[in-house]
Amino acid sequence: MAEVQFSEEKLNKVKEIIARYPAGKQKSALIPVLHLAQEAFGGWLSAETMDYVAALLQLEPIEVYEVATFYSMFNLKPVGTYLFEVCQTGPCMVSGADQIIDYIKNKLGIGVGETTADGLFTLKTVECLGACGYAPMMQLGKHYREHLTPAKVDEIIAECRSKANAN
Amino acid sequence: MGRKLLLDKAHIEGIRYYDTYRSNGGYAAAEKALKTMGPDAVLEEVKKSGLRGRGGAGFPTGLKWSFIAKPEGVPRYLVCNADESEPGTFKDRYLMEFIPHLLIEGLIISSFALGANSAYIYIRGEYAWIPDILEQAIAEAKNKGWLGKNILGTGFDLEIYVQRGAGAYICGEETALIESLEGKRGNPRIKPPFPAVKGLWQCPTVVNNVETLAAVVPIINIGGDEYIKYGTGKSTGTKLISACGNINKPGVYEIEMNISVEEFIYSDEYCGGIKNNKRLKACIPGGSSVPVLPANLLLKTAKGETRMMTYESLADGGFATGSMLGSGGFIVMDEDQCIVRNTLTFARFYHHESCGQCSPCREGTGWMEKVLKNIEYGKGKMSDIDLLWDIQRKIEGNTICPLGDAAAWPVAAAIRHFRDEFEWHVAHPQEALTRNFGLAHYADPLPAPVAAV
Repeated sequence: MAEVQFSEEKLNKVKEIIARYPAGKQKSALIPVLHLAQEAFGGWLSAETMDYVAALLQLEPIEVYEVATFYSMFNLKPVGTYLFEVCQTGPCMVSGADQIIDYIKNKLGIGVGETTADGLFTLKTVECLGACGYAPMMQLGKHYREHLTPAKVDEIIAECRSKANAN
Repeated sequence: MGRKLLLDKAHIEGIRYYDTYRSNGGYAAAEKALKTMGPDAVLEEVKKSGLRGRGGAGFPTGLKWSFIAKPEGVPRYLVCNADESEPGTFKDRYLMEFIPHLLIEGLIISSFALGANSAYIYIRGEYAWIPDILEQAIAEAKNKGWLGKNILGTGFDLEIYVQRGAGAYICGEETALIESLEGKRGNPRIKPPFPAVKGLWQCPTVVNNVETLAAVVPIINIGGDEYIKYGTGKSTGTKLISACGNINKPGVYEIEMNISVEEFIYSDEYCGGIKNNKRLKACIPGGSSVPVLPANLLLKTAKGETRMMTYESLADGGFATGSMLGSGGFIVMDEDQCIVRNTLTFARFYHHESCGQCSPCREGTGWMEKVLKNIEYGKGKMSDIDLLWDIQRKIEGNTICPLGDAAAWPVAAAIRHFRDEFEWHVAHPQEALTRNFGLAHYADPLPAPVAAV
C-alpha cells in the first residue's frame, strides 16, 4: 500500500474544515476528516490511516480509534470497489428488501459481509437510511439507488462492471 | 386541497437556487425579522405560533429558545438536527434536497433570535450528496449578503457550516449529536445541565430539527396568530408526513393538522389507499419508536371518535389504545404483513443503534432481538411473550436517553395489540414459516375494496 499521505488538495480541505470551529476545537474535524481519509485510502480505515489522521489533528490515536469504531459508515477492514449497502429495516422489509438481499446474494455468490473473489463487490446490510418511501433501496457510494427490483439490481451490477473495466 | 406553508413552492423549477427562491418571496421573512422586528419580537412570534419541535418530541420551540442562557462574553450556538434516522422518516431530506434556502432562511432568523453567530447543520452521513446542495445554498446566500458580517447593516454576524455524521441513529438525540459534533462517540450526556446552558463546547446551545427551523420562515411571514389557524388545538400549523409501506403513493406530504387519518391514508391527495387493493392491517404513525396501532384503533379512537392527524388525537387513549404523531414517519402495513417479523426488524435496529452506555438498553435490546428471532423462526416458547414484555418494561425509563424507551415501546405495543399473532407463531412454528397470520380481528372498519376484474 502506498504511503498514507493526503494530497495538497486534501490537506487544504482539512484546513478549511478545521477553520469551521473555534480555535483549539479541531477535534470536531475528526469525523469529516475520517470521511476524507476513507475516500482517499481505498474505502476503509487501516490503523496506519487512523494514526495519520490522529497526527494531523493533534489527537491521541485512541481518540481516533474510539470514534472510527463507533460509527457504522467507517469500514475497519477492506471492502470491494463497489459496496452495496442494502437497507433491511421495517419499512424496507415490508416493501420486499429481504427478496432483494437474497437476489444479490445469489447473483454475486456471496453472503452478507463478504466480498466477491475479484474484489469488485461487497454486500452489507444496513439499518434505515431514510429512504422508506422509495423502498427497497441501497446506498452505493455517495448516492442512493431506490425502488430496487431484480432487474434494477442487474443493471446496477452491469454498470459497476463496465465502470471497472473502463478504469 | 390542503394549504401549504413549507412546500407551497417546492415544485417551482429552480427553487433550489437563490434567484428563483428569492424571486418567489424567499428571504422576505429574514428581511422582516432582521430589519423591523428584533430578536425578542421574533421569539414572541414563535411562542405565539405554538410551533412544536418537528423532530419527534413535540416540545414547544419558543419555550425551548427562551431557556437559552445568556452569560456575558460566551458564544451561543444554534445546531440544526438533520440526522433524520428514525425509521419511516425522510421528510427533512426532501426539504434540504429540494428547497434548501428555506432551511438557510430559517437558520438566519432563528440564530438572530437566539443571538448565535455560528450555526451548524449536523446531517446524517448517509445523505452524502446533500451537504453539497446545502453548501451551495449557503455560498449563494453569503454572496447575496444574507450571511457573513453585519448582515443587512444590522450589525448581526452569522456563519453556517455543514457537518456530516457517519452512521449512528443515536446522534439524533441532541446531546449525542453535540458529542458527535465535538468529534467524539455519540454517547448521550446526563442532563442537567441541558444544552441551553451547557451545550456545544460547553456553551449555551439550541438544537432544532430541520422542519422546525424551516417552519419559522412562514411564521415570521404570516405571523403567529395566522399560523395557528392552520391546524387544531395544540397542533398548530402544518406538518410534513413521510408516508411509506404498503400504500399507493408513498412520499412526503404537507398536511394541515386538521384532517383525519382515514382521509390521509385513503384520499388521492395523500397516500391514495392501500396498494394492490389489500386491506389495512396496522400502522406506525410517527416513526418506528411510537406504538403500532391495529387498523381499527388507528382510524377511530377507543371512544369511537374519528382519529385525526394531530399530536393530541394520535395520542388519545395513551399507550393503551393510542400512539403518537412523533416525527411524522407514517408506516402502513397491509393484511399480508407479519407483525412479529416487523417487530423483529425494529428490535434489531435498536440493538444495532444502542450506544452501549446504559446496561438496560445495551443488554435488553440484544435480548429482545434474540427472543423475537426465536419466535419468528419457529423456536419460540409461550413464556417468551411474557419475557419480552418483562424486558421492555425494565428498559423503559431506566436509561440516560430516550433510545431505551424508543426500543421498548414498539415491542410493548406489538404484544399489547397483536398478542394472538405472537401466540399463533409459537403454537404453529412450521406454518408460521410458510405463511403470515393475516388480518384477524384488526380488520379495518372500511369496506374492503372490490378487486378490479
